[in-house]
Amino acid sequence: MSHGSLEHSDSNVEAQATDAPLVPKSLVEQAIEQVKEKFETAIEDIKKHVGETTVYIKRENIADVCRFLRDDPSFQFNLLSDLTGVDRGIEEDPRFEVVYHLTSLPKRTRLRLKVRVSEEDCHVPTVVGVWPTANWHERETFDLMGIRFDGHPDLRKILTPDDLEGHPLRKDFPLRGY
Amino acid sequence: MSKVLEYSPTKTFEQQVRETALDSNITVSMGPQHPSTHGVLRLEVVLDGETVVNTIPDIGYLHTGMEKIMETKKYQQNITITDRMDYLNPMGNNLGYVMCIEKLLGIVDDIPERAKTIRVMLVELQRIASHMVWLGTHALDIGAMSMFFYCFREREKILNIFEAVCGGRMTVSFFRVGGLPYDIPDFVPGLVKEFCDNFPNALKEYDTLLTGNKIFQNRTRGVGIITAEDAIAWGVTGPSLRGSGIDYDVRRYDPYCGYENYDFDVPVEKDGDVFARYMVRMRELRESHKIVKQTLKRLEPGPVKADTPKVCLPDREVMLNQMDALIHHFLLAGLGFTVPPGEAYHAIEGSKGEYGVYIISDGSENPYRVHVRGPSFVNLQALPMMAKGEMIADTVAIIGSLDIVLGEIDR
Repeated sequence: MSHGSLEHSDSNVEAQATDAPLVPKSLVEQAIEQVKEKFETAIEDIKKHVGETTVYIKRENIADVCRFLRDDPSFQFNLLSDLTGVDRGIEEDPRFEVVYHLTSLPKRTRLRLKVRVSEEDCHVPTVVGVWPTANWHERETFDLMGIRFDGHPDLRKILTPDDLEGHPLRKDFPLRGY
Repeated sequence: MSKVLEYSPTKTFEQQVRETALDSNITVSMGPQHPSTHGVLRLEVVLDGETVVNTIPDIGYLHTGMEKIMETKKYQQNITITDRMDYLNPMGNNLGYVMCIEKLLGIVDDIPERAKTIRVMLVELQRIASHMVWLGTHALDIGAMSMFFYCFREREKILNIFEAVCGGRMTVSFFRVGGLPYDIPDFVPGLVKEFCDNFPNALKEYDTLLTGNKIFQNRTRGVGIITAEDAIAWGVTGPSLRGSGIDYDVRRYDPYCGYENYDFDVPVEKDGDVFARYMVRMRELRESHKIVKQTLKRLEPGPVKADTPKVCLPDREVMLNQMDALIHHFLLAGLGFTVPPGEAYHAIEGSKGEYGVYIISDGSENPYRVHVRGPSFVNLQALPMMAKGEMIADTVAIIGSLDIVLGEIDR
């Protein structure tokens, strides 16, 4: 069974029945505008779906954008809830995405950032300097997906056995291993 | 510290340790088989006498590739896999996963009231059961062995309730996308009420045994302190974060499943040490007990599945008598329902912290990618910082206070 498309339409989410939004959408919109002002070329794309906003950021800007979002007093995205990788498919280019889930405890907002990474040039700057919790998340993404994080202090395998070669969560790694 | 490393998938532990240890330090491997590391966790502890210089956790002994398996199974089949992640909080895991799919389908508002009330009741009972294991094992590690038996006595009652509801004590797989698979038996609210009536006595016993106990306080006060800023920076959530003064509870921050209708407090302590985390969880037991009593009052007869025949299996009598229900059953059981393409992240307050589920769907019957943010995985990262400078016996107390479950860490 072939996978359907991963892309989804830019649906306006007010019409969809979900839980009440955390804050008026304007805070996330403000954050996106400020990022656009400070880093002109950083934002590649913005997608909205089921009440959540995803912003695609260029690889070289990700650490600075994250630091800005964490430190700016109007947003204060001080908790990195999750950092993970996605394999979009062997034929896709760019093949991988690194997904960051940001949470602002004082402002009750969540935001998702994504960085697209191609297979040949499979590395992303680390955000360990912004949120130390990214350490193990990036190690897990490296271990399971094979995306390297430049500047990470201790990039080594974390979940798979030491003698396992390859990156199990990639789509071309068989379910039962080699 | 931030130099780019040469490519090496593993740096041996000896290398890591050599960089941090002096010649006079001993390196001890605690685990992976150890009575006090709460699962198959290996801690490489560098010791200067009895004092811990550095701790390097080594995880992955329980890694079973659950996220990869979930990509090859239907959405409903994956509910059984989520049971096994935090195996002390399966109801919570199921809820997080199922609610993420409901968010993607857009049917969150269609879940009937009775289903939501029962979901809250079972999840809060599960939270009490999970904290019973925490309390029993934590006290056991510190030396108060009889607490273990007292706690498991209450836990037995809750597991009996779960067995009456769904047939399973640990692998419950009870929630479905759209509500519950079937209604709970008539005698279950009576069992829950009986449990709720007796629980305050048990709590009094625990307080008598531990809270004022001088030995317990000496072992836990001032041990393993983590400040609020460090906790947020390291991603610590749940009771471990609330023990440091931050009142972040996903049930309050972003209410789901009707939690905004219940009257409960979010306990917060200021000190950030093991005793503060202990007090937070003890008070959480009381709050969960309050919520369960409120759900008993709110329980009204009604449907337990959303009115979405393309997603929920029809009831058995309806399926046996109506043709369209039979067709729906055939398609749902054989092929499974599809979720429109998209992605969603939904977090619930698991017993250990923020339990987040991130699902990417591609329009087929299997999810394209499922990632579970296990709170214990993130909380364990903070252990080396908390254990630095403490005695090795305190490390045991700190691990207990973090309340880690290896199934969630390793997945």
